[in-house]
Amino acid sequence: MLKMKNITKSFPGVKALENVDFEVELGEVHAMIGANGAGKSTLMKILAGAYEDYEGEISIDNNKVEINNPIDAKRNGIVIVYQEVDTALIPYLTVAENIMMDYIIEGKEGTLISWNDIKGQAKKVISDIGLDINVNQTVNKLPLSEKQMVLIGRAVFQDAKYLILDEPTAPLSVEETNKLFDIVKKLKNEGMSIIFISHRLNEVFQIAEKITVLRDGKIVGTFDIDDMTIDKAVEKMLGKKLENNYPKVETKIGNTILEVENLSGTGGIHNVSLSVREGEIVGLAGLVGAGKTELCKLIFGEGNITEGEIRLKGKRIKPKIPAQAVRYGLALVPEERRKEGILVYESVETNITLPTLEKYCKGIFMQKNKIKQVSRELIKQVAIKTPSEKQLVAYLSGGNQQKVAVGKWFLSDAEVFILDEVTKGVDVGSKVEIYELIGGLVHQGTGALYASCEFGEILGLTDRIYVMYNGTIVKELVTKDTTEEELLYYAAGGGLGE
Amino acid sequence: MNNTKEKKFDLFAFLYKYGTILVIVATILFFSITLDNFLNFTNITNILRSISIVALIALAVTISLTIDGFDLSVGATAGFASVIAAKFMVIWDMGPVLAIIVPLIVGALIGAINAFLIIKMKIPDLLTTLSMMFLLTGVSITFQNGSAIYNYMPLPNNAGIAPGLMSEAYLFIGRGELLGLPVPVIIMLVVVILIHIFLNQTKYGRFLYMIGGNEEAAKLSGIPVSKYKLIAYMLSGLIASLGGLVLGARLGSGEVDAGGPYLMDAVAAAYIGFSIFGAGKPNAFGTLLGALLMGTLLNGLIMMDFPYYSQDIVKGVVLILALTLTYYKQRR
Repeated sequence: MLKMKNITKSFPGVKALENVDFEVELGEVHAMIGANGAGKSTLMKILAGAYEDYEGEISIDNNKVEINNPIDAKRNGIVIVYQEVDTALIPYLTVAENIMMDYIIEGKEGTLISWNDIKGQAKKVISDIGLDINVNQTVNKLPLSEKQMVLIGRAVFQDAKYLILDEPTAPLSVEETNKLFDIVKKLKNEGMSIIFISHRLNEVFQIAEKITVLRDGKIVGTFDIDDMTIDKAVEKMLGKKLENNYPKVETKIGNTILEVENLSGTGGIHNVSLSVREGEIVGLAGLVGAGKTELCKLIFGEGNITEGEIRLKGKRIKPKIPAQAVRYGLALVPEERRKEGILVYESVETNITLPTLEKYCKGIFMQKNKIKQVSRELIKQVAIKTPSEKQLVAYLSGGNQQKVAVGKWFLSDAEVFILDEVTKGVDVGSKVEIYELIGGLVHQGTGALYASCEFGEILGLTDRIYVMYNGTIVKELVTKDTTEEELLYYAAGGGLGE
Repeated sequence: MNNTKEKKFDLFAFLYKYGTILVIVATILFFSITLDNFLNFTNITNILRSISIVALIALAVTISLTIDGFDLSVGATAGFASVIAAKFMVIWDMGPVLAIIVPLIVGALIGAINAFLIIKMKIPDLLTTLSMMFLLTGVSITFQNGSAIYNYMPLPNNAGIAPGLMSEAYLFIGRGELLGLPVPVIIMLVVVILIHIFLNQTKYGRFLYMIGGNEEAAKLSGIPVSKYKLIAYMLSGLIASLGGLVLGARLGSGEVDAGGPYLMDAVAAAYIGFSIFGAGKPNAFGTLLGALLMGTLLNGLIMMDFPYYSQDIVKGVVLILALTLTYYKQRR
């Protein structure tokens, strides 16, 4: 039995976990659920040795163990398979070598490698867990689901007692998920304990025996699956409702601007249909991994559309690259602010005028004074706290960086704004200001598609909501007639059986 | 789910695996049909001898590539090695033993300095070794007092002629023959085999590949990453020096500029090696075949009176084709 006791972990400014106790027995499948930011991944990362510093104790079979790095964890029989499987694989080496990596590193058999031995043992592992993968293939040629299997195989070979699967089914198809679950059941019957982090409650109820619910960094409780229902689980995950911090700008809703019909393409997006009207903020609600970012990017011309069409004001558009999408009148504020949304080592004015630079040019030359003037006006309008328009964006706070990323579109003639998790990592005060900004944008008669996994803000900000699950839209809801419970229910795949 | 797709013949997959080999075979076939004496023993040994130095320096690059590094200083290291050897024998009149051992040690040390700058000072590998290339060229020219070192050379300040001679034993490395095979070719083959065994049959070689393939995963699995990076760069410097000794022995002189031109050919050979049998990663036999392809093409073209000054066009095109085979697939 593995016990975690009084675990506390802080990140700068946030307490991610507070006095968390957690227990798991051998031979059980234990699900770990909670809303985004509840702390479930942090807790499991501690167990897997991803953090050096945390408070609390971990013991296995009543013996205290020290886990401060992944090697400690492995030595104690704890292995984690992260959702990003590529972080743990060597792409150009074979399946056999990837499974047997630790065996080679420990090198008990000496300096020279016996490939027959390695391949033989890898084959045995593969067939033991009931798979059919050619061990001589390099892993970069495998589909994602099989890469996951290679990592599970590696854990099996290491005689892992506690296997943590972090959102393993998020990128998998139904068929692949079933295959994974067969393996999980098999390993469980052989005495392994599997901790299964998931947002997908229907899958949790399909496979787990026990559920531990986390909320805001604290344990709500551990429950037997038989005593729980999806509805109860959702209630436990949410706790009491958040207060309303959402200033809603009253705006008249007009004609449809953006229509998406049966869109399928890159990132597992399939059969997505949606529309956005003038003056409307449309929510795109979904848990992490539901495909919101992929959908936003697909509409914006990043990725390949295999089917379906996009219409802007009734005219069909086919953005092949983002630059075209901008010309059509779309604007995207991406999720990864520092990576994709702003140029951190450029000045505020450069960032602000970047998408609309053509307006401030005469021929091929930039008109410096005009740029300075519009930048100053916009800084005032959207209340960016900066000493001057020449300041590098890197030195602004997260909230102000985001105001630059959103605010710059005020200068554009964009018709539809696609906003992807724009308040991620932004403090509460700045969040409200960003909500006001977005309200101001649509007030000018444009439309906004607002993607977020924080359902509180979706409910506070939007007029209509599409719920995404597994790469497609599963439900359309009118904001004032729905609740957070209902959103979470559909976002966790709850409505699929209906 | 993809079972149906597997059975269809995939032209690109085929080319990915065998494309480069096909090009080599086609090249040899073409030249042996159009040229009478292309495939005779003398010409084959000629080709092999001409590629031996490129192949050695390319193997040095290959080792640095296995850890996802890059050693641009190999050409300069080779040149410097030839200068040190020549200075020991010609100017300082010392025997061949020191003249061979010291350059090899210096080569390994240069690799260690590269590794230190890359690992500890965090300078990107390309920039580190580029700087090292400049530095070495300068150091070497200073060390050789501005000109090449050769037998009976006049010493500066009218100090007469150089006292020593290039030792016969040393020259044997570059010019000798054993069992009818040129010594450089034998050295090249031995090094290829040794590196092949090191990379594929020893766990240390696999560590290098693991680091190159996914440094974070390698570190978290318990491989001391810095240590093996250091080893890789030292090996790279050592092998480059060996290439320099063969070069110096063949020319019978020591000059740093002699090594420089081999850099680009060596890089090309190593990258062509990626595409051999669809390896997709640096490997010893691939590098050898890469060098062979370039050598064969150039030899054949020269025999067909192709102007020497246009050779680089051919090298460039071949390299682009090989890189296409390697990278186009990866991006899909």
